[in-house]
Amino acid sequence: MDVIADNLDSYLGGIAVTLWLSVLSFLLAVAIGVVVATFRVSPLRLARTLGAVYVEVFFSLPLLVWALLFFFGLPKVGIAYPPFTSAVIVLGTFTGALVGEALRSGINTVPSGQGEAARAVGLRFWQVLGLVVLPQALRTMIGPLGSILLALVRNSAVAAIAMSVDDLMWRSDQLATSTAQPVAVLTGTFVAYLILTVPGTWLVNALARRYRFTR
Amino acid sequence: MRNPFTIASRLLVVVALALVAAACGSDGDDTSAGTAATSAAGATTTTAASEGSDESDASAGTGASAENEGEGPEVEPGSSVAAIRDKGKITIGVKYDVPLFGLKNPTTGDIEGFDIEIGKLITEAIFGDDTKVEFVEAVSKNREPFIQDGKVDLVISTYTINDARKEVVDFAGPYYIAGQDILVNADDDSIKSVDDLNGKKVCSVTGSTSLTNVQEMAPQADVSVVFDKYSLCVEALNDGRVQAVTTDNIILLGFVADSDGELKIVDNAFTEEPYGIGLKKGDTALRDFVNDVLEQSYADGSWKDAFDRTVGQSGQEAPTPPPVDRY
Amino acid sequence: MTVASFLDPPGPRGRRRQQIATGVTAVVVVAVVVVALRRLADRGQLDGDRWEVFAQRSVWTFYLRGFARTLQAGAVGGALSLALGLGLAFGRLARGRPVRWAATAWIEAFRAVPLVLLMFFAFLGLPRLGLDPGPFWSVVIGLTGYNSAVFAEIFRAGILALPAGQTEAADAIGLRYWQSMRFVVVPQAARAMVPAIASQLVVLLKDTSLGALVSYEELLRRAQITGEFARSPLQALAVAALFFAVVIFALNHLARRLERHRPTPLAAAEIPPETLLTTGAVRAA
Repeated sequence: MDVIADNLDSYLGGIAVTLWLSVLSFLLAVAIGVVVATFRVSPLRLARTLGAVYVEVFFSLPLLVWALLFFFGLPKVGIAYPPFTSAVIVLGTFTGALVGEALRSGINTVPSGQGEAARAVGLRFWQVLGLVVLPQALRTMIGPLGSILLALVRNSAVAAIAMSVDDLMWRSDQLATSTAQPVAVLTGTFVAYLILTVPGTWLVNALARRYRFTR
Repeated sequence: MRNPFTIASRLLVVVALALVAAACGSDGDDTSAGTAATSAAGATTTTAASEGSDESDASAGTGASAENEGEGPEVEPGSSVAAIRDKGKITIGVKYDVPLFGLKNPTTGDIEGFDIEIGKLITEAIFGDDTKVEFVEAVSKNREPFIQDGKVDLVISTYTINDARKEVVDFAGPYYIAGQDILVNADDDSIKSVDDLNGKKVCSVTGSTSLTNVQEMAPQADVSVVFDKYSLCVEALNDGRVQAVTTDNIILLGFVADSDGELKIVDNAFTEEPYGIGLKKGDTALRDFVNDVLEQSYADGSWKDAFDRTVGQSGQEAPTPPPVDRY
Repeated sequence: MTVASFLDPPGPRGRRRQQIATGVTAVVVVAVVVVALRRLADRGQLDGDRWEVFAQRSVWTFYLRGFARTLQAGAVGGALSLALGLGLAFGRLARGRPVRWAATAWIEAFRAVPLVLLMFFAFLGLPRLGLDPGPFWSVVIGLTGYNSAVFAEIFRAGILALPAGQTEAADAIGLRYWQSMRFVVVPQAARAMVPAIASQLVVLLKDTSLGALVSYEELLRRAQITGEFARSPLQALAVAALFFAVVIFALNHLARRLERHRPTPLAAAEIPPETLLTTGAVRAA
């Protein structure tokens, strides 16, 4: 276990990078997810199709395949983003499909009566969405969004290894080799990921429980 | 059932399974299902599942060198070499992605290269038959662990001998001397030596002497982009992610040959890299045996033959084989 | 996929605005694709010689065998995960506190870490501890570690969703705990959770591709090998990606059909996110 103590700064640095990578990717994913969900519920058939295609594509590709295609394939079209940026884009686009689906079904849990009533008292489309539908929808979506965030943190490890991003997983892979002590190093990484995710999961679950409501 | 997607999906799944079954059945190679029982038996038997033993042992065209037979070194009964012979096959860790030395060929399932040929010479000496070998992939960073854990009997994968490694494994050979060099874009004239790497982005491979050498000799070089295989480094160079790839010149040669003139080697070797055959520390019997096999191959021309068939295809002349180091 | 119900059907101006917006998006998408294809052609990526490796039947066989190994790892991993998951679910519902605690700890821990980590641990770490799994079993161990936890939660949700009357009735006719579990609870719970289980199994199949990182020669790894050999990494990868996409799309589609008449009783926080396509409906409470 000295190995871990000796390399603690490497672990902590890795945790920081993983966190940062996850946060940025999540923001991108939410942005994309909102657009995708909007397209999916649009009255326009073309929009619905585009949204559906996006979602189907990213649910049908393993993340590693997408990461390698993006990182090693895209430069053949002339764009070669550096590793960290590439990881954010890959994770963001991939997770965006998940977020889109969660948002879409979240919106659909709000009974149509709510929207109708809001329209009946004269609220406009964006007001209906912003003041009536989304606040209720979001309350039910805390749980799924939290579990998507968790999936994102776990997936960040894949992206980092594939694209040589200097995060927790990548560093521990390098460390396990250089110290020749894979058991100790990887166990330390296991614990590090627990520390990273478990408190967040509890928090999200507590929030979900607090803000949920039955009809 | 009228939904076309559903019908198509079900049909697709059936077709896919049928194709897969056909692909499996036709050659009866896939032993991974069979290893279910032997998994926990440890050591090298489970590597059958790993490499899929596709047809990698059945070396058809590349010429089993029979000239090494007969006069080969003796296998001492009770020795580690005899133990390998009793096992029925030898497991050798090699590279899958290095042209000329260890490159897996998807059309045949065989691995091709100089390292493979050396491995076959050794196999021939032990078994009298150069097909009794199983090649598994040993990327640079996994070479010492694989030897230490007994996953492989030998490692022949452009494996440089150095003192740091000698602390954990032993080496037979060397069987070739390379030098570390630098690969750059053909139109890049800014890098002429290892010192020019300072301040530039350089790619290398985890667990290789190439990486540690460049970190020592060009401390200002940016080595943040590393992979576990050289082929990925070359990709990164092609994509403009890094400005140079550094490893042994003979490895780079293979990549240059494949690059259609887009890449060039700086041709200013700055280290000496003796390639050795890695094996378990302390296994003198095996080491002596392999060294005997190597010396034999120098004498009877099979070494040169192996070189000409593989590395020689790129135009390199076979050098004089280096004397083995029996330390 | 209901259209947002609170929207009035758009009037002529609204309709036009939406058509314009969607039309613009479609044009942008097409433009991007065209530009990409042109650039690929400029760089010679669409040249015949980069693709000619795929004219050889042996390469397709190579790929297909790789896919067979994807399926093998998926099948074994799936079976083990389901079995272990069921056990863990019982553990979590057990009456004894230490058992409950241990099962919960396993579930929470293995759901929280990356699958690659588990595979690396099996491949690089276990040999140091005396066990040498090799690539296939490293993949299976990794898959099982994570998915057993996920299935445990799915099973538990299914069991808990069963109306209390079922267990009460079983009790009333004299069945003991394990008997009621075996004959009454689990069969019904399992049937209710089939869509979620099917969906997660597809996710598991996707995750076998991580085996490429531990030298397991499944489809992705074989695509990499082919790309390295034929000096056409993008092409080899693209073919594999297409293969994956088509097969997994088909499997997802079939899994979704299972869901159609049977909404999945998963609490919001328990829905494994990658199965959202199937188990999608987020439920209020």
